Formats: sequence, structure tokens, C-alpha cells
Amino acid sequence: MEIRPILASLRKHRIPALLIVLEIALACAVLCNAVFMIAQCLIGTHAANAIDEAGIAIIHVGGLDDQHAADSIARDLAALRSVPGVQAVAAINALPLSTDAMLNGFTPNPEQDSQINSSQYFISRGGEQALGLQLLQGRFFNAEEYAQGGFTTSHQSSSHVVIVNQADAQRWWPGQSPLGQQLYSSSDKTAWTVIGVVADVLAQDPEFSGPAGRYSSLFFPLHASADLNRYLLRSAPQDRDRVLQQAMQALGKLEPGAVLEPKTYLDMRADYFAGSRNMAWMLAMVCVVMLAVTALGIVGLTSFWVGQRRSQIGIRRAVGATYTHILHYFQTENFLLSTAGVALGVVLAFAINIYLMENYEVSRMPWYYLGAGAVSLWALGQLAVLWPALRAAAVPPVVATRAG
Amino acid sequence: MFAYYLDLALRSLKRNKVLTALMVLALALGIGASMTTLTLLRLLSGNPLPEKSSQLFYVQLDPYPKDHPFSRSDKLPWLLTYVDAMNLLHAHRAPRQAAVAMSRMKLTPTTTQKRPFFSDGVMTTADFFGMFEAPFQYGGGWSAADDETRAKVVVIAEALNNRLFGGANSVGRMLRINDQDFRIIGVLRHWSPQPHFYSLYLGGRNYGDGDAVFVPLTSARAAALDPINEFSYGDGNREVLETAPVIWLGFWAQLPDKSAASAYASFLTAYAQQQVELGRFQRPRSSLSTLMHWLDSQHVVPDNVRMQTGLAFSFLLICIVNTVGLLLAKCLRRSKEIGVRRALGASRPAIFAQFMVEAGLIGIAGGAFGLLFAEFGLWCIRRQPAEYASLAHLNLSMFACTFAVALIASLIAGILPAWRACVITPAPQLKSA
Repeated sequence: MEIRPILASLRKHRIPALLIVLEIALACAVLCNAVFMIAQCLIGTHAANAIDEAGIAIIHVGGLDDQHAADSIARDLAALRSVPGVQAVAAINALPLSTDAMLNGFTPNPEQDSQINSSQYFISRGGEQALGLQLLQGRFFNAEEYAQGGFTTSHQSSSHVVIVNQADAQRWWPGQSPLGQQLYSSSDKTAWTVIGVVADVLAQDPEFSGPAGRYSSLFFPLHASADLNRYLLRSAPQDRDRVLQQAMQALGKLEPGAVLEPKTYLDMRADYFAGSRNMAWMLAMVCVVMLAVTALGIVGLTSFWVGQRRSQIGIRRAVGATYTHILHYFQTENFLLSTAGVALGVVLAFAINIYLMENYEVSRMPWYYLGAGAVSLWALGQLAVLWPALRAAAVPPVVATRAG
Repeated sequence: MFAYYLDLALRSLKRNKVLTALMVLALALGIGASMTTLTLLRLLSGNPLPEKSSQLFYVQLDPYPKDHPFSRSDKLPWLLTYVDAMNLLHAHRAPRQAAVAMSRMKLTPTTTQKRPFFSDGVMTTADFFGMFEAPFQYGGGWSAADDETRAKVVVIAEALNNRLFGGANSVGRMLRINDQDFRIIGVLRHWSPQPHFYSLYLGGRNYGDGDAVFVPLTSARAAALDPINEFSYGDGNREVLETAPVIWLGFWAQLPDKSAASAYASFLTAYAQQQVELGRFQRPRSSLSTLMHWLDSQHVVPDNVRMQTGLAFSFLLICIVNTVGLLLAKCLRRSKEIGVRRALGASRPAIFAQFMVEAGLIGIAGGAFGLLFAEFGLWCIRRQPAEYASLAHLNLSMFACTFAVALIASLIAGILPAWRACVITPAPQLKSA
């Protein structure tokens, strides 16, 4: 296909050509960034979490009398255990993706501070089964460690043992066995011995603790105390809702003075990510509408163009251009315009990404988003130009003889 | 003349219905998306106390050790320790001051057999209500003496009063908070400044319903009520929050004019210096920010909302470029008609005006449909689980703004085609016809 005549004709229609280029450039820039943000939202909402998410239900217990909390918890757990279908029960201070987080900094070297917010999980006996933790190395807490677990005056675990996430183990002791290593609290240098490593459990409030703390979770044993204000109920997923309902009935009788808030873990997870999910939907909707508007704009301008050049097309057909020649002419023209638009758009997309990185918590966009954005706008341009180009190609040569 | 242009424009728009519909639809979508997000952004970044915000100041000090990870960022800690808040409060250097913390309070209804429930509670000091202009329906707030004596008194919000007492004057009745009885001394009228400026970093909501229960800080602590957020900055005993190395209180001062503000600022500087000499602080840093400055600097408006607004306006820009293109295509197709009009004596400004009227018509239609899209968009936002969801309504100024934006957008889109139309030389157009 000869490009020079196309360029010559475009030079005569500078403004409409420029408008198409501009529209494609803007659409490309917005599309790349929007798709990148959708991907970021989805990565967050689909974050892996090595607990039995589908089987867990939680009852938040508020306002237990502090003095009698230990007895109440023991009694409540016994009652919950007897609900038919329950596989395991335990009490815990907070769950992954709950918004009231208990964060602290930890370090393998007492001389150093930690810049990372690690989530602290305190579990009562049987907590590992109730959560469905996956042990990778070492062992879980034994009965004695659970019985001795408490709090120091600076609100650290007074037990001497800790179980860590695999990601933390690799970060703190790369290439070494984490078992038996000492871990220190960043604030008062209390030390714990690592006795086990589990598959990565999510942080308590990853949006607050930041990307570095997303998979920094530590588990400590704790005997029944008022700090353990959530009951975990694990059952088969199909029994879960019924188990939660029966557990609420049992607890309602045992704890008339407490506030009870039941929830399945899947609901809790969905609630935590509701904002991200809405953002992703909104971005996707705007992208679709924007692409439709851009495509319609191309259709509109090109059809006008074709209408204006009917007599020229007729002459070309009369002097020997085939149907395919005319079709390819408009397709190539659109390809040239799209290329210019995409080139400008990629630069613009990059600039927007840099602006967002400086002003918001957005990371650098990988190059393949730009590539994908460019390819989709090329495809969109070709799709949009097809109908006007087919109409142009259908212009009969006889038009040439009619034109004034 | 205008009526004639209007007639011409209507005829022209009618002649090409599909194209007109496309232009109006594209513009309406752009307007709808940008007005939805702009309405939300304006609501969320509003001034919670427009008449008073310039007199309200937020206080920050720095009790953190130098080597604390937080100190490496240049920010000041968000909240104060109990010791500092009480020192400032008792120094009486401002006409009104208040320390604030949020707490989830367990309320036990005494009148019915209903289960206890959690409510959003505020633990604060006597000046809170006067300083923040919280209006009372019945009764009033407590005094500084009540703060000192840990009086078991409570102020409740209208919504809670309706729920527990059916809206009757409940002053003098008892309310059971965390299994202890408090005497109701005041009922607030509906009061929910947006954003909830006083609960920032305290663990409450930033937007939405107002808080339900207000208890004197000292009495609340005596009843074992804990703040929602505690940030610990050092080792040491954390069992008694009043002496622990923990920040958990927001602190506000009302300062009537500039000189009072600068006097208070120098008092803070001297206080921080004194604390360094006493060995309590390591760095003599302090800050006094006005309410709006404090909200801005802490990015209260969610990033998502600001990014969505940016996205919506980029989309509007694309829609405008699209409209420019389509209008241009239309106007160039009518070269012959323009040639005839010019030959019959229409001046260039007349042609320009005619095309601008046509563009304006598209704008007004786009604005009307855009309004529908914006209402739909806001309806979608109201159905989201976000805490600001219930606020998303179009007010009168945004209603007018929608039409203004639509008209301006369409006129901008119309300028280029109108100019191209009016510079067309009539002779060649007539010849080819």
C-alpha cells in the first residue's frame, strides 16, 4: 500500500485528522492507567490467605466483664464446641482483614528497629485448628505454652514462643532455618523463640499497615482473657451458616449482658474489599463507555470523510482501483492516525502514571500495560473504521461521471 | 436574530438525528460522570463548621524518642498523651479547649428486654459542646467541675434519644454504659459535621452519622472505657493509659484572632522546650494548625474519590474532543449551505453565532441528560457500603453547575467548527453546487 497519497490527503484535512489523533491519545492514556488501577484493586481483593476462609465463622463478643472474662470464655467455648457440625472452636484477638488491628514492629536483630507494621494474632488453645493454619516447619504451641501465655505490662506477649509467616521467616533469616531463632520486639526488645512457620496469613488491616506489612503476621499463645474478644467457629462450608445461627442462640443465653456480632469470614473479607471492588467496577465501566465514545467518534468522522470524497473514490475506481484497494486505503489511513495517537497516548499515560505516583499511593506502571493499551486502541480504530471503509469501497465507479 | 438561529439550529439537528443523538449522549455521559464525582468530592472536602473553622486549632506535640521509626518521617505524631493534654488543658491559655478520644461504648437498654448494643461514644472535656457549636435539644453539657469530680453524667444524641426514650425529654433519666449508670444531662439536636473533623485518628468514622454518646473523659476512664485507637511509642508500663507512653487524645483550642493564635503557638513552643528540659521530650517540636489546614494535610478525602474525579474529567475531555470532531464534520458537510447564506448577505459573525447556538443547544440537551446520569451515578454511590454513601445528593448549586459545565463544554467544542464555518469562502461552494 502506497502511504504517500494518504499523507497528502491527510495534510489537506489537518483538523479532523488531529482530532482523531487527540481522541485516540487521550483514550489510550486513560485506558492504560485505568486498567492498571483495576489490576491493582483486583490483586488486593484476591490476596491469598492461608486460613480456612470458607469454613470459618466469627462471633465478636463485646463488653464481657473483664474480671470474669477467663471463666466466661472457657464456658462459652465449651458450649460452642457442642454445637453439631462444629469441627473446632477457639478465641482470638483479631482476624486477617479486620479493621481493629493490633500492630507492632519486630526485628531479628535487637540493635535494629522495624519499619514494618506486623500484625499480632493471639490465639487460645486450638486456635491453629480453628483458623486452619498450614504448618510448614516446626510445631504449633503446646498446652503448657497456651496456659502460660499472657501479657507483659508493656502489652507484649509474655510467652516465650512465636509462630511466624513464611514470608517473614524468609525476610528475617534468608537461607537459614528460622526454627530456634530469636525475634525481638522493636519497642522494648522483648525476645521470643520461633517454634513454627506457617503459610502466609494476611495482615489485620493491610490498608493501614501498608504493602510491606501485608504478609507480616505473628502468632502468640494466650490463655483465656478479655483481650480475646472473637470466637472462631470452624465447620464444613455447607454447615457454616447453620452452625453460626445455633452458636448465636447458645451464646445469647450464656451471655445476656454482652454485645454479640456474628459474621462469616467470607462476608468479612467481602466487606473489607467492598471499596476496592466498587472502584474496580467504576473504572471498568468508565473504560467501556470511553472506548465506545471514541469508537463512535471515529465512525462519525470517517463516514463524513467518506461522504466528502465520494467523487474522488469514484474516479479512483474508474481508473482501475479495486474494491480492496479502496478498503485498504481507509484502513491504512486509520492505522496511521491510530499510530500517531497511540504514540502520543503512551507518552501521556506515562506522564499520568508519574503524576499519580507522586500524589497518590500508586506504583509504577509496568511497560506491558502501555503495550496492551496501544494494541487495543489499534484494534478499536480498525474495528471502528471497518463500516465507513466498506461503504467507501462500495462506491460505484459510475459516480465519477456524475460529479460536477 | 437569536430566534432565527435557534430555528436553523433545530432544523439542522433534526436533519441528522443519529449524529445529534450521538453528540448529546457522549456529552451527557461525560457530564454525568464528572458531576457525580465532583458532587462527592465537594461534599467530602467541605468545611464542617463554616462559621467557626478559622477559630479552631488542632495541637500536635512530639513525645516520641528520636530513634523511633515514626520520627524518621518528618511528620509530628497525630495525637497527644494524656499528660500533655491535661497540662495544656490546665494551663488555660485559650478561651476554650477540649481533649477528645473515641470509644465503642456498650449501652444496655433498661426499659425493655432488648440486648445490649455498641454505640459510637466520645470521651471529652467540658468545652467540647460550646467550642464545636453542638446544639442542645434538652438540657446542656457538663462543667469543668464535673470533669474534675468524675461526675457520672452523659450527653446523648437525638437519634439515640429517639431509640431509647421515644424522643421524650430524657434529661435526668439514667443510661447504662459499660454496666455503670450515667445520668443524662443533655440531649443534642441532630449534629453531624462532615467530615467528622474531631475524630480523625481516633478510630471513629470520618463521614456519615453523628456520634451517639458523649461522656466526660475522666468519668469514662473511671468506668473502664478504652479509646479505640492507641499508638504506643516506647517501652514502659501500658496498663494505665494516663501515664503510659501512648498517644490517644486529639486536642483542640478555640483562639478568637491572629494575635491569640500566635500567642498560643509561642506558648506551645515554650511548653515543648520545657518538656525537653524536664527530659520528657527529646525534640522541642510543636504545631498549631487551623481546622481546614489540619483536614487538608491529613488527606481526609479518600484517595479513591479524588482519583475518580480526575478520571471522570479526563473522560469529559474525551467527550468534548469527540463532540468537536462530530460538529466539525457536520459543519463542513454544510459548506454549500453556508456559501449560500454568505452570498445572500450573512456576515461572518452571523454564521459564527449560528453555529455557536447549535453547539449550545447540544450542550443544554447534554446537560439535561447529564443530570439524569449524575442522579443515577449518585444513586449508585448511595448504595455503596462506604461511610459517606448517605451524603451523596445533588444540591442546588451542583444542579446549576451541571448546566454551566455542559454549556461551557459544548461552547468550547463549538468554537472550532464555528470558526471553520465562518471562514469558508462562498464562491467555490456556490460554483460546485
